[in-house]
Amino acid sequence: MKFLCVDCDKQMAFEERQLPGDGTLAATFKCPTCGRVVAMLTNPMETQLVSSLGVEIGGRTVPAQPLETVRKMVATGREDAFDEGSEPRGHAAGSNGAPAWSADAQERLARVPNFVRGMVKRIYADYAKERGIAEITPAVMDTARAELGLEGM
Amino acid sequence: MRTYHDLKDADRSGLPQQIGAQRRRVAERLAQVGRVIAVMSGKGGVGKSYVTAHLARALARSGKAVGVLDADLNGPTIPRLLEVPHAPRTTHADGVEPATGADGVKCISMAMLLEDGAPLAFRGPSAESFVWRGAMEASALRELLGDVTWGALDTLLLDLPPGMQRYAELCDILGAPPAVLTVTIPTAESGDAVRRAMRAAVERGSKLLGIVENMVGDEFPGSAGDDLAGEFGVPILARLPWRPTPDAWAGLAGRL
Repeated sequence: MKFLCVDCDKQMAFEERQLPGDGTLAATFKCPTCGRVVAMLTNPMETQLVSSLGVEIGGRTVPAQPLETVRKMVATGREDAFDEGSEPRGHAAGSNGAPAWSADAQERLARVPNFVRGMVKRIYADYAKERGIAEITPAVMDTARAELGLEGM
Repeated sequence: MRTYHDLKDADRSGLPQQIGAQRRRVAERLAQVGRVIAVMSGKGGVGKSYVTAHLARALARSGKAVGVLDADLNGPTIPRLLEVPHAPRTTHADGVEPATGADGVKCISMAMLLEDGAPLAFRGPSAESFVWRGAMEASALRELLGDVTWGALDTLLLDLPPGMQRYAELCDILGAPPAVLTVTIPTAESGDAVRRAMRAAVERGSKLLGIVENMVGDEFPGSAGDDLAGEFGVPILARLPWRPTPDAWAGLAGRL
């Protein structure tokens, strides 16, 4: 899917993606010549079709996680399906530079369904590690969600 | 006005590139696998999973490194057939470890990931779910191929569900049609359904390895195995009675 600014005869460039949480998706595209911005709005079924391909509109901000689609999209996954073998554990930062988790952040993480929790934890941990953040707090999680397009996690 | 293919600017979404990366991940994972064999039929209830599991065990007993991917996402049975007790699948950044079943056969199955007795259900809008459900299942199949740390295998057997949809998805994901082992029972009804599946596999370019005629005996009379073998010019690799002996499985493994 591409967008053409008819007046300028220029291909429009992707600007921003938003997932409001109601199953819809909004993506904006901007003409590099005249600056006109248009928004593509998809309904839940169209959004789901894109999700089912395991791709991200706007490009990937984090590498695909193992069994990502299965873990994000299966509604009947068992609680103890996965053991995060190489996940950092505990409150304190590990010797491998893994960030610590504040109590509030752990509480919030605990509300993520178990089937997908390990993957979500890994994404936040990688985000913090790459930016030199020593402790993951709810504020860090909010920032990561916005930057990485993790709405709903 | 210019059309889609006229627009050549780099696209930040890079959806074709994302799809390409998915395919490369599968190819890289399977680079250590000697051969990928799809066990299929086109007919339900002929014993594909049973044959797959016991063939895998026989190959393993002969010293081969074998894996089984249970591609029947909606009716997975391989863990029970390979006597795999439930345990959480260990996950690393690089992938998810497969389970190890009887005779050292590695395997992965949706049965390991779903709640006991629960159907495979996806999050998403229920209306017109047929539009996206097939794509979702294909993505799950791709991930089971590419995100499981199979390691070096001599053979990876794929236990396909009845019908041809999963086979078509598999061809797209692999980028090339897999070799096919066909399972039928002797009846004419089975022959009719299996013939269509074999023809589809031939048209797609799969190599037909041969036929396993299962449940041979008085209960299901017929000559489907011989008929199909003659029509497609492939060997009958085994005729299995209701209770095959270990020698029967070893014979099949040796002829594959």
